Amino acid sequence: MWEQIRANQIRSVILVVAMGALLLLIGYFLGVALFHSIIAGLVIALVIWLVMSLFAFFQGDSILLALSRARKIKRDDHPRLYNIVEEMKIASGLEKMPDIYIIDDPAMNAFATGRSPERASVAVTSGLLQRLNRDELQGVIGHEIAHIKNRDVLLMAMCGVLLGTIVIIAFFATRMLFFGAVFGGRRSSSAGGGQAQLIILAIGIAFMILAPIFAYLIYFSISRKREYLADATSALYTRYPEGLASALEKLGGSKAELKSANKATAPMYIINPFRKKGRAAADLTSTHPPISERIRILRSMAGGAAFADYENAYRQVHKGGKGVISPASVASVGAVGLRAAEPEAARREPEPSKVERTREVSDLMWKLNDYKTINCACGTKLKVPPKFKSGQVRCPHCGRVHSI
Amino acid sequence: MIAGIVIGVVVVILLIILWATYNSLVRLRNQVKNAWAQIDVQLKRRHDLIPNLIETVRGYMKHERETLEAVTNARNLAQKAVGGGVGAQSKAEGELSGALSRLLAVVENYPDLKANQNFLALQEELTSTENKISFSRQFYNDSVLKYNNKTQMFPSNVIAGMTGFRASEFFEVEVAAEREAPKVSFS
Repeated sequence: MWEQIRANQIRSVILVVAMGALLLLIGYFLGVALFHSIIAGLVIALVIWLVMSLFAFFQGDSILLALSRARKIKRDDHPRLYNIVEEMKIASGLEKMPDIYIIDDPAMNAFATGRSPERASVAVTSGLLQRLNRDELQGVIGHEIAHIKNRDVLLMAMCGVLLGTIVIIAFFATRMLFFGAVFGGRRSSSAGGGQAQLIILAIGIAFMILAPIFAYLIYFSISRKREYLADATSALYTRYPEGLASALEKLGGSKAELKSANKATAPMYIINPFRKKGRAAADLTSTHPPISERIRILRSMAGGAAFADYENAYRQVHKGGKGVISPASVASVGAVGLRAAEPEAARREPEPSKVERTREVSDLMWKLNDYKTINCACGTKLKVPPKFKSGQVRCPHCGRVHSI
Repeated sequence: MIAGIVIGVVVVILLIILWATYNSLVRLRNQVKNAWAQIDVQLKRRHDLIPNLIETVRGYMKHERETLEAVTNARNLAQKAVGGGVGAQSKAEGELSGALSRLLAVVENYPDLKANQNFLALQEELTSTENKISFSRQFYNDSVLKYNNKTQMFPSNVIAGMTGFRASEFFEVEVAAEREAPKVSFS
């Protein structure tokens, strides 16, 4: 597992180690300041971390999918989406087909989850399914499959747990220290050397306040790096960066906010569900790089679809500076050409129009909610709710009676 | 004594390198085989879809007998080429891709056909199968590149030579029909 992440980006590993160090430090200060025993502090920190990790590892994906009220679909429910996921599964060389989920929400977003490529899921909102055409959807699914293939899902879950542990310990420790200092001054004065104790206590409190902030910044930094890498990988799979670029454009333009997202799950999505308009370009406290920048990089990939081309495009957009993809990964991919732009009318079959797509998705959502659909001869589609008791229903337009 | 230890350590290190290289060669070769199997699955799927497609389309396309026959012939040839080596198979499949794309281009002239639900479902399947073929080919070629590099570059080429790993063939589409853009007539 670690080889995968390391091969993809060594900096991510360093940042994770930094977060782990932060957790140990906070355990250390907890021990010194509260329990007069370093071991006790470290043990408490590690136990909280371990419990949360196990929970996230074994139940994380189910919890996330349940929280976002995602519904699992089968091949027949939406053949086009299923096919696109399968195409990207083949392009990435994943061995197992990921499960596909739909979130009934007009906002446009998508995420991937699952602890390993063998147990992975991809979820998209119905809004996304309605508004993206085939190439755009392929770009988005490519991005999500890239997260699975690059093991970002597990990495971000582990980082999320580290972050959560640090925040929880800091939250309770600062309060305990504060009340301890105000009401329980006797203990430290009897031990003698109160001066040194006090200094350590002060450092401890300052650290407890700062640690969560550092942890957040590290977490966001890892998240942003993985987003760039997933964009580059999606372009590599589809050989068509324009698809993802134009999808991101639509996603960025949509104003609907995802109802079921919250701050903890935000880094999982393809774009930040809480983005605000006009945010500073390289914001330290953002889980995702700005959409406009991601689009510019993808559109600057003139030479090909390899990592090296993404790297060049990134440098071009950023006017030099360090790249985002580790040299090892860049070297692992040979020169890769872009997919030839096909004449729209020719090989690309006529896509279902926006109206057809909308109808398709709304039919699917009815079906997932156990409504029966009856096609009346007059062209009306009757949707029968699951609790409908009577055996017959009359078409409101033409008066034909259908049995259910 | 010391010399003995040094020699022993060197031998152990060499054995570890040998072991690791051999295993990675096996892994890459299996990946190539697996990728080839993927292509095969998709090609077979396409062969199975075509009779269905012809059946659906025939009633609508009275004046396109040649196009339809070209597809059927290309499909039969491609099916014969199965198992005839990477080179022969990729050539036959390339012809089939060309014939199919000409057929799908002609479909534009038949609005009735484009409204047929059965045909639309088939068309989605066919488009996706075409995509899957090219994606599996892409993955196969990437795997072959990695594997061939390993078998040809020093020092792994020495071990590859000793243990009988040979370079694999790429799946190339060298057919004029597929490279030239299909023509669409709006007459």
